[in-house]
Amino acid sequence: MLIGRVIGDVVATQKAPSHVGRKILVVQPLNLDGSDRGEAVLALDAVDAGIGERVLLAAEGYSAMTAVGRPNSPIDMAVIGVIDSVDLIEGAK
Amino acid sequence: MLLGRVVGNVVATMKNASLSGQRLLLVQPIDRNGRDKGKVLVALDSVGAGAGETVYWCRGKEASFPFLPAEVPTEATIVGIVDVVNIPSAKDARTRA
Repeated sequence: MLIGRVIGDVVATQKAPSHVGRKILVVQPLNLDGSDRGEAVLALDAVDAGIGERVLLAAEGYSAMTAVGRPNSPIDMAVIGVIDSVDLIEGAK
Repeated sequence: MLLGRVVGNVVATMKNASLSGQRLLLVQPIDRNGRDKGKVLVALDSVGAGAGETVYWCRGKEASFPFLPAEVPTEATIVGIVDVVNIPSAKDARTRA
């Protein structure tokens, strides 16, 4: 799983039937220092996350579609949690 | 899933039987601002996308799920046609399809 920030959303009228009724969020994966980690991705929303929030991103199919509750559907990314805090223990890295 | 733009199509007469009837499209991955990002790839189409359209596509085994119960050998499939990418905070980040 990855840490990311929701930076936007996508509107798509014509899409896979299993995506209907779920928000498509634009999520920018982040490094621990908060800097961008690669390019932004699209993820279905499983937790009602909003723009600007720091979230937990499932970046693999089975976990993503299970979280969204749509098995056997074409979903490879999902937002599965809204992060309250991340604690990095000094000296443990 | 990732954003992309349809830039062409591929015709293959000899192909795996499970691919018959499927459209093979060329997809240029793009970033949030609509700029080209990375290399063009071949993807199947599950939504009727056409040349020039902004789409989003799915990778991996999940890419074959739109065609169930048929088992289609694909690892990239277009699963939606993008109307609008809405990124409110970034400057110059609104892309219209």
